[in-house]
Order: sequence, then structure tokens, then C-alpha cells
Amino acid sequence: MEDVSSRGLHFQLSDSQRNRLRKSRELLREAPGNYHPSAFVNIADPIHVENEATVLKGHGTQVLDGQLLATLSGVVERVDQLVTVKPLRCRYNAETGDVVVGRITEVGTKRWKVDINFRQDVHLMLSAVNLPGGIQRRRTVIDELNMRSLFEENDLISAEVQSVHSDGSVHLHTRSLKYGKLTNGQLVKVPPYLVKRLKQHFHNLKSCAVDMIIGCNGYIWICAAVDSLPSNPEIEKITGDSGAPEMDSCNESISLKVRENICRLANSIRVLSALGFLIYPDTIIDTFDASISKGVAIKDMLGAEFLVMIAEREASRRTKNNYML
Amino acid sequence: MALEFISPEGLRLDGRRPAEIRQLRANLGVIDKADGSATFEMGNTKVIAAVYGPHEVQNRSQQLLDQALVKCEYSMANFSTGDRRRKQKGDRRSVEISLVIRQSMEAAIMTHLLPRTQIDIFVHVLQADGGTRSACINAASLALADAGIPMRDIVASCASGYLNNTPLLDLNYLEDSGGGPDVTIALLPKLDKITLLQMDAKLPLEMFEKVFELGNKGCVAIANYMRNVLLENTKDLAFARGVVKV
Repeated sequence: MEDVSSRGLHFQLSDSQRNRLRKSRELLREAPGNYHPSAFVNIADPIHVENEATVLKGHGTQVLDGQLLATLSGVVERVDQLVTVKPLRCRYNAETGDVVVGRITEVGTKRWKVDINFRQDVHLMLSAVNLPGGIQRRRTVIDELNMRSLFEENDLISAEVQSVHSDGSVHLHTRSLKYGKLTNGQLVKVPPYLVKRLKQHFHNLKSCAVDMIIGCNGYIWICAAVDSLPSNPEIEKITGDSGAPEMDSCNESISLKVRENICRLANSIRVLSALGFLIYPDTIIDTFDASISKGVAIKDMLGAEFLVMIAEREASRRTKNNYML
Repeated sequence: MALEFISPEGLRLDGRRPAEIRQLRANLGVIDKADGSATFEMGNTKVIAAVYGPHEVQNRSQQLLDQALVKCEYSMANFSTGDRRRKQKGDRRSVEISLVIRQSMEAAIMTHLLPRTQIDIFVHVLQADGGTRSACINAASLALADAGIPMRDIVASCASGYLNNTPLLDLNYLEDSGGGPDVTIALLPKLDKITLLQMDAKLPLEMFEKVFELGNKGCVAIANYMRNVLLENTKDLAFARGVVKV
């Protein structure tokens, strides 16, 4: 029996479902605007270049006996003279300015270590966070001792990549009110290559009263919208509008409707990631709406029928209207 | 009387010809949580490999400043052999095989590109029918490629032996326990370099060269199969996602 199950989730497909899935995959293969077959290279395959001497050898290439070979299995990209091979599945490659979601792994002296699915843990310096109260000042020894009151081990945070250094280390910062500790929600992990880079990675889905942070590193945070929560006048009075909100690890109580919306969105993302489709707000909401209009229960969204349905939808969408991303 | 390994018609116990490999089967991306994973089957031998990393070095004293730290763990499922037995982790055999797999993979991985990181390779034998060592190397190689770790070349491995005065390719369990020599080779086919060569018996030099040559050919055949699987997998992933301008 041929295995056509997808990454991430294991589905028991009936024969007809398997055929439907295979058919929609074939449609996707023939969809317009796809990669040319010659763009794919395997490890140690030669890459065709016009002039060996003038070409710039980028990531994923090596030179052997004067011949340019790939060191990764992926897609060749050419920018002017630069030739690189982009692998499809790999760890997140940090770039300055990316919005990421991460998990604190260690609290050290003057810095937190954060896991963002990078090839090392990255640093968040004490000097790169906003202290509660919002005043800009020197970080004192007292601040250093109180670091755990800001972020503890295993806390989830959203942050921005501040710099990528030549030795491979990466620094984050949370110097904006939109970054900081994440509460009242759910984390979904997807492969980073599926996340489309956009201008905006913070999304407020007003219709579901849900906020969504699509980290470039493939960590996606879905939480109850801040304005939907019962507001606590006490806290607002203390923090005012001048500074970062008090980092509070206790979760608010969220209404059942919002909790369901969060789970439905999370499962939409899981289905898209299992099928290997691109993940950005349009596709997530499209899948979300499809599940509602078809009356699929949240738990059945991770079932075979819904998976095949979404695959067919995407295949017909891409083949029909000469669709280009 | 010694077992007849080759019938008068020139066929082996399982119906293969002397220079024939068993049926190959490989699947990529079988474990969700791993960065790269693969199953590899050679006839009735089946192994699963998972690669985690490159990630932060767990034990900081082992961190290497100029290259990646590669770790490998080999284990056998209790149900993998004919007689069910509980093997404790870290017996001599599995330690030795872990080392062998690690060394042959390390030769292919471009570790200097990933300083201060760690790559974990876990291989687990699900069904053992001879040639587990080769199957493990092949599975680990596919899993590393799936994880997007830069490699000089794909490592392909195959065993060959010498029984009844005939060089045999890809021994199964019965042939393996036939008492003849067993040569395991791991090859970087494009670079034409050997990363592993093991033999546990004596063999005259002229015979060894024949057996070695046969094993080499087996590796090349396996490598071609692995490359096809990898390319199909890459295409599937790319076509599902569609072209994106980043």
C-alpha cells in the first residue's frame, strides 16, 4: 500500500480519498506558474552555469574539480551572478527585522536564551527589552536580579530579530509594545518554509475576536484578542498608556466561543501545514471559513475527509484562475 | 553439511542472482517532530531514522567552535529479530554501530558550515534481516538530506560477501550467518570516496577485490534509488507550496 499520508499528521485514508488526494496533487504539479523541472537539484548534482569563473557561489553550493555542485536538495535560485540552492525543509534562517515567536530556554546574566527554531538558541539582551513602566534608563543590578519577573524559562514571547552576527549568533529585541510575553492562547508549529513573508505579521481577526502572530520562524501564536478580554481597570491605571503592560503570567478566562475559534484556526493551520500549502492569513481564514460552511466539527478538521477537501479546493483554485502568488 | 547458498541454477536462497540487491523502499518525513526523518527498507530489513538539528549544543563542554557536533544513536526494536529479546541500550554491538554510522555521516556533512551546533541522528531497526548497518546508514543519509543539512554527497551503503566460491551482493540474515566474510561499504558515489569499509573474516586479496567491486556497484545502485526518492520529495514539497517570491 502506498503511503500518501502527509507530514505532521497521520491520516487513515480510504481508497477513494487516497485517489482524490493523489489527483489533486497531480493537478498542483501541473498548475501554471510552477517551478520549471530544471530548477530542482539534488545533493551533489551539477548546477549549470554559463561561466564558471565569474559566478558567485552562494549557500548550498560547492566546487569540485572546477564544477559547481549542490550540497542540498532543493531549488536553484539565481540573482545576477549569485547562484544559491534553497532547501525546502530546513531550520529557520534568521534575518534582521523578522517577527518571531520563541520560547525562553535559559535565563542568564543580562540575557535570556530563546529557542526560535534556529540552529542555535538566540539571545535576548536585558538592554533590548522594555522595562515595565516604560522609562528609558540604564539597566541596574536590581533589574538583572529581577529578570525572572519579566520572562521565565518556558515562557513564550514574540520578538523581532535585531541583528544577525557574522559568527552566526542572533540577537532579538522586544522594544515595542506589540512584542513581549504571550498569554491566553495556543502555539502551533509549522515548517518555516511554509510561512509567507509579509509586511504585517500581527493580525487581528475581528470576526472571531482572535489575534494571530505568524512568526517567520514557523511558530504561530493564536490568542484571544486583547480588546475582547474583560478589562481590568486596576492594571490599566497602573500601566497607563506610557509603558509596557505588566507582564502577567496568569491567563484570563476566555469565553467558549473564542476558545473554539482559537482551536478552529489552529486546526486550519495544522491541515495546511500537513498538506504543505503556504500559510498566510488568506489561506488560514479560507480554510477556517470552509470548515464552518461545511459544518465540520473542530475535532473532525484533523480527519481525512477535511484534509482531502482542502487539497481539492486548493488544486482547483490554483489551476482555475491562472493563480500566481 | 554446509548449507547450499546457491542453487545449481545460480539462484540464492531468496531467489536473487548473486549480484542482485533486494527490493528497496524509502519514505521521507515520517516523523512529525523531527527536522528530518526517513524509513529505509532493503528486502525484509527495515529501519527508521530521525535527525534533530542543527540545534544548540546540549552539553556545553562538548561544543566545538569550528564545526558541528554530530551524535548518533543506534538501537534495535525488541521485536526486530526472530527471537524476541530485551537488549539493554549501549551494549558493545550498538555502541560500535553508532560509532560507525556517525563516522561515515560526519565525512559527508559539511560540519564546518554549522559551528557551535549539534546534530542528533537516531536510527532504530524495526526489522532485522541482515545488512542493518547498511540500511541504517542509508536511512540516516536520507534523513539528513530531508533536514536540509548541507552534505558533500549522499552516503550510500551496501554489504557484500563471499559464499560457495561466489561473491554475493547485499547478504540477508541467512547468508550473513553462513560464516563467510561480510564486507560493508559506505560510498560517496559522486566523489567516489569510501567512508566506511568493514570486514569480519579473512579473504584472499584477489577475492577481496572482486567482492569489494561488487559492493561498490551495489552502493551506486542504492545511491541512484535514494537520489530519485529525494528529488521526488523535493518536487512534491515545492509543487504543494507553489512558487513564492520571498
